[in-house]
Amino acid sequence: MKQFLAFVRKEFYHVFRDRKTLLLLFGLPIAQIILFGFALTNEIKNTPIVICNYANDPISHQITDKLGAGDHFIVQKQLLSHQEIETVFRKGKVKLIVVFPPNFQYDLYHQNQAQIQLIADASDPNIATTITNYATRIIMDYQQGLSPSKDVPYSINTETRMIYNPELKGTTNFVPGVMALVLLLICVLMTSVSIVKEKESGTMEILLVSPFNPIMVIFSKAVPYLVISLANLVIILLLSVFLLGMPVNGSITLLFAVSALLIITALSMGLLISNVADSQQSAMLISLMGMLLPTMIFTGFMFPIENMPWPLQLISNLVPSKWYYIIVKSVMIKGLGFEDIWQESLILMGMTAFLLVLSIKKFKPRLS
Amino acid sequence: MKTLKFLLRKEFKQIFRNPIILRLILIIPMVQLLILPLAADYEIKNINIAVVDHDHSPYSQKLLNKIASSGYFRLTNFGSSYSEAFQLMEKNKADLILEIPSNFERNLAREKNEDLFLAINAINGTKASVGGVYLGQIIHSFNQDIRQDWLPVNQTSTPQIEVASINWFNPFLNYQIFMVPGILAFLVTMVGAYMCSLNLVKEKEIGTIEQINVTPIKKQYFILGKLIPFWLIAMFVFSLGLFVVARLIYGIVPLGSIFALYAFLALYLVAVLGVGLLISTYSNSQQQAMSLAFFFIMIFLLMSGLFTPIEGMPFWAKWIADVNPVTYFIEVMRMVVMKGSGFAELKNHFLIMFGFAVFFNSWAIWNYRKTS
Repeated sequence: MKQFLAFVRKEFYHVFRDRKTLLLLFGLPIAQIILFGFALTNEIKNTPIVICNYANDPISHQITDKLGAGDHFIVQKQLLSHQEIETVFRKGKVKLIVVFPPNFQYDLYHQNQAQIQLIADASDPNIATTITNYATRIIMDYQQGLSPSKDVPYSINTETRMIYNPELKGTTNFVPGVMALVLLLICVLMTSVSIVKEKESGTMEILLVSPFNPIMVIFSKAVPYLVISLANLVIILLLSVFLLGMPVNGSITLLFAVSALLIITALSMGLLISNVADSQQSAMLISLMGMLLPTMIFTGFMFPIENMPWPLQLISNLVPSKWYYIIVKSVMIKGLGFEDIWQESLILMGMTAFLLVLSIKKFKPRLS
Repeated sequence: MKTLKFLLRKEFKQIFRNPIILRLILIIPMVQLLILPLAADYEIKNINIAVVDHDHSPYSQKLLNKIASSGYFRLTNFGSSYSEAFQLMEKNKADLILEIPSNFERNLAREKNEDLFLAINAINGTKASVGGVYLGQIIHSFNQDIRQDWLPVNQTSTPQIEVASINWFNPFLNYQIFMVPGILAFLVTMVGAYMCSLNLVKEKEIGTIEQINVTPIKKQYFILGKLIPFWLIAMFVFSLGLFVVARLIYGIVPLGSIFALYAFLALYLVAVLGVGLLISTYSNSQQQAMSLAFFFIMIFLLMSGLFTPIEGMPFWAKWIADVNPVTYFIEVMRMVVMKGSGFAELKNHFLIMFGFAVFFNSWAIWNYRKTS
């Protein structure tokens, strides 16, 4: 035990000696959680749209006003031909064009039916569907206003309640995701170079000839990063609650415990990479280039996992941050307790055990 | 010029000496380009509905059939109480709860008016609002059907506005054609920026930089010697992605000018490699360079509009997106591939990217000191 502590102290010296890296270790998560907590959203606001009003009658003007009233759209009025629409889209700013055909109001009142055309620039399918939906909803609302439901017999009204996130804020979805991403990647990144670095600088030899158990050498490498990550975790949680206004509806102790679990999983993953890699460069290639995008996509906060083809859904099960993301949402937002998240926690524990055993197996107590 | 030739030969020898790294540089991006676009799909479908039907009448059944046949929803559970359904929502088994009150059909017929109750899991706001709109449309059309059944013909007609929507450039809302170019652009950026940021600092760590410093090599040559090999590698990775993975696997052929695309890529890579070099000149160890590179790459990625729209960001974040070179490259990729844009539409992009390239590289050269 005393030996182990001595080794841990050595590792702390390593970490604290490099002030720049240390600063980055604390600065990175803070900057990222603030930046992405505020900036990431799937909401689309203030999209420039063009209204081609060939009808020029009171109703089409009223609908135009409705479209411009909220903060979804910035309305420009312009009559465009087919070709001109294409040029406008090519330039890239305008995403939607609303066309009122001639005689709109006349058709509406005399034939009881009139058509509005929405032409969307669907090169970004996500934006296209979202703003088409916004516009459709605004027009439908207007139409409901035309014929108040009391006068029309046999009306079905829907009373809708948005649960967990009544204001439909983007942060509720993205903050847990960014937490998972930042914690996982930073821990993996930092530990992944730790062993390989000693190999590269040649000090590994000295460690190996010491009477100290080689497995303890590995563990002692992870301890400083564990401590730093726990400190980071506290900062991240404080920021997301007080700055980003995230609720903590469940038990904070539980949240802390599972976060610590994720950190340990990430550290073991980093150790494994460090054992397998032959140089700092390849360790970093694997942990950054290899993991950044897959972690981001398979965590599930960007793209719903249930939409993916089933082989990819299977792959997503291998990503620890996916399970952590589910847990954080359950505990922070839904306010659930341990009885509802024990399965996910168990999976994380299993992963950790597997990674640790594997990295101990892969650790070669001999040089080449 | 001759100096540069020797420097290049040295750099290439160093790169090719480590076949593992070379393999990683090629394999990691290609595997990701093969897999990730399949997963990156925003289309909202398979929304799970838990139904609490207190009515069990022919009409409530009709409504449920209509919902189920729409293709967007899956009726996963028919519970007997709201609290039971709510538990399913807590466990992520249901995204939406539809409660049909008892005597739904009778009240509708007698009192001409009836409420349905809808609860939506809104943690993912977009999914919630889109799901709500879809279901609202289905219920609305169901309502119309009922009126047509029950009312005499002349009374059915209230003024109807029909909304017809058309999607240009991508009529079937295919996400792959949108995601593949963007993801490829980002992967190439990672290859260039990471490798470049590590390379110079490695010489610092091993100490070989001293040997370069005592030679009369001019620093711009030295920097250029570091830049060109990675420029070529990144070009190669990009072509592999565009002509092999994107074309053969996904069947994506750029509509616009490939020449314009490559011209822009050439300029863009100079800018991105400049960022890598800059990081390298500011770090003393590979670990430092790595964490700095990680920080910037992550910001470049999330603020580039690759996954989340820039349109929704607050103004200060838009400003960051505007000074992010990756934003422009992803935009150019998508414009050329999907909209068929050429040099004429991309003039501004070229000018801005030229500015970035000059700025980052001169900063890097300025900051690289031969004497410490």
